[in-house]
Amino acid sequence: MNTPVGASTAVQDQSDLIVDLTAGSLDSPRTLTPVRPRSDKIYRAVTVGAAMTSLVVMGLIAVFLVIQSIPAFRSAGLKFFTTNDWRPDDDPAVFGIASMLYGTFVIALIALFIAVPVSVGTAVFVNEYLPLRLKRAFVTVLDLLAAVPSLIFGLWGLFFLQPKLNGISRWLSDWLGFIPIFKANGIYTSSMFISGVVLALMIVPIISSVSRAVVAEVPRALCEAALALGGTRWGMIRQVLLPYSRGGLVGASMLGLGRALGETIAIALILSFDFTRSLHILQPGGASVAGTIALRFPEALDLGRSALSAAGLTLFAVTLLVNMAARSVVARTNRRRGGGAEATGARSLRIAKKIS
Amino acid sequence: MTTVPNLAPSAPRASSLMTTFVRAIRPYAIPALVSAAVTGLLFATTRLSGRFGLALVWMVLTLFLVYVLTRRTLGAVTASDAVATVMLGFAALVVVLALGFIVGYVLVKAVPFVRLNFFTSTLEGLDPDAPATQGGALHAIVGTTAQVLIATMISLPFGVLTAVYLNEIGGRLAGVVRLIVDAMSGIPSVVAGLFIYSLWVVQGGFGYSGFAAGLALAVLMLPTIARTTEEMLRLVPGGLRESALALGAPEWRTALQVVLPTAKVGIVTAVILGVARIAGETAPLLMTAFGNDQVNVGSTFNEPQSALPLFVYQQFTSAQGSAVDRAWVGAFALIALVLILFVIARIIGRSKDAR
Repeated sequence: MNTPVGASTAVQDQSDLIVDLTAGSLDSPRTLTPVRPRSDKIYRAVTVGAAMTSLVVMGLIAVFLVIQSIPAFRSAGLKFFTTNDWRPDDDPAVFGIASMLYGTFVIALIALFIAVPVSVGTAVFVNEYLPLRLKRAFVTVLDLLAAVPSLIFGLWGLFFLQPKLNGISRWLSDWLGFIPIFKANGIYTSSMFISGVVLALMIVPIISSVSRAVVAEVPRALCEAALALGGTRWGMIRQVLLPYSRGGLVGASMLGLGRALGETIAIALILSFDFTRSLHILQPGGASVAGTIALRFPEALDLGRSALSAAGLTLFAVTLLVNMAARSVVARTNRRRGGGAEATGARSLRIAKKIS
Repeated sequence: MTTVPNLAPSAPRASSLMTTFVRAIRPYAIPALVSAAVTGLLFATTRLSGRFGLALVWMVLTLFLVYVLTRRTLGAVTASDAVATVMLGFAALVVVLALGFIVGYVLVKAVPFVRLNFFTSTLEGLDPDAPATQGGALHAIVGTTAQVLIATMISLPFGVLTAVYLNEIGGRLAGVVRLIVDAMSGIPSVVAGLFIYSLWVVQGGFGYSGFAAGLALAVLMLPTIARTTEEMLRLVPGGLRESALALGAPEWRTALQVVLPTAKVGIVTAVILGVARIAGETAPLLMTAFGNDQVNVGSTFNEPQSALPLFVYQQFTSAQGSAVDRAWVGAFALIALVLILFVIARIIGRSKDAR
């Protein structure tokens, strides 16, 4: 790269590089403008074009869902967002997404409530406690769990897990029934709670793999400082590891939320859909957007399918927002990490005071 | 790479996975056993019931015992450390148990009904009351193969080129593209199905077909391939690229003849992971492939087609006793397919690490 100044004419003759000696003094870096052969221009155009497909596809998804849902919006108007019931093929058609959206979020929150502690605990355990070889084996287990199809989770949840959760549901409603959400009518199957538990298992892999990456980013010097000062491993985790990676863990949980909102088949199999906004999570009933789309699509008529597309459009927008927010939270915590040695030193001193 | 010094003496390299494991859990064996006995007694004598509740009570009791026993001998700080260790261990145990129970349950449900004709015959003209050992999923297996092939053929070139763009060229747009690809990996599968339903089935006027299903699956597969391949390209040493460029090779030949061949194994892994991700998708198939009882490879582009997940779902929702059993066999085939693909990807990836 260190072309002698005198060689500039030779370089120009080769016309590979154009060296502009007049711009700035000799002390400032030269500006090099590479001239690419035509084949490389084509190569760049092709790859850029291919990279644009994802942008184009995302745009097309929005456009075509809108096209498909125009009749539904024309029929229901803004009531689409406030109506609970879903009877688009009746005359007159009554349908709205309110109860489904409510159910989707309730189920996702139940799932997060269970999955976040389990996933973060798993991530910390795998990174901080397991020896290297067990760690590898465990990561494989997590990846395998992520690879199990949603359909299998649904069947398993319905046939295996549901009878075993019966006792817990009954216990909760017997002892905590005075709290509205735990009140039940004596039947404990096909509930939002069971859907939430199954969903929790489905989102554990994504939350814990992102959490693992976040936790691994914590500077080892900080952790070692805490341990060197006589802190226990748990003390180090509580005072250093978790506070430091809090932002990333929030982002990981939000990614899990995004996944949970879009889960379809498992909920369609387990939940008994009744399109009401019910507080009682332990008894049958509830609805979810994605589940309704899968369940109602095959026998829906024209307006019904348009209405389902409108529901899909809403779901698309919601998951997109949640995912974008999650990524930006994770990215922001990663950027903050460039503290440098001094910042790290000051930080560890502060933490050291906290521990002792 | 530095690691946190282990407070417990670390296991010597020679010890097996099992002994490492045993050594790790030994200090907690007594509380675990005692609480198991107490829990058993509790559930036998009181109204408490349910295996799930049993496990929960056992966990809480174990935590309590660990705390009490450690606190007496080693003090409160060490006791909370021990409790935390057990708690984190339980979190990890939940994950392992979940996978074990899922695979085990599907196996138990399916094995009595697995017959060779499941892979050689179809549901065409089958009596609805026929036992689960009759009829098969050949049409579904063929359909899944066709759809996965179509999805791969579409998303592989776009995915790899996107990865090449992100890693080899970059620039201002790369950040945006990465963001969009990430967002794309988060779109619900049912939305991808609705999209292709609108674009291909209705507006395009082509009707339900295996090809439509392949399109929907390609939308879901693209981000997986793009991001995994990007990770793999990042592992290609910069020196190789620089050598090629220094020898006067244009960028496209560097990418095509140096970078991509070096990352070949990684790209294969990316494809397998992508296939594993989409092979089990059910929701998008409901509105694209729609289902069929016959083998129809020839009409992949213009007739409804079945697929393994769709077969399982439809057999299951038909609610005939024998159909549900057949659904379990399908589920078993599906989970076996996905897990085998996954293990192959792992083995290929591992052998690359070794080199």
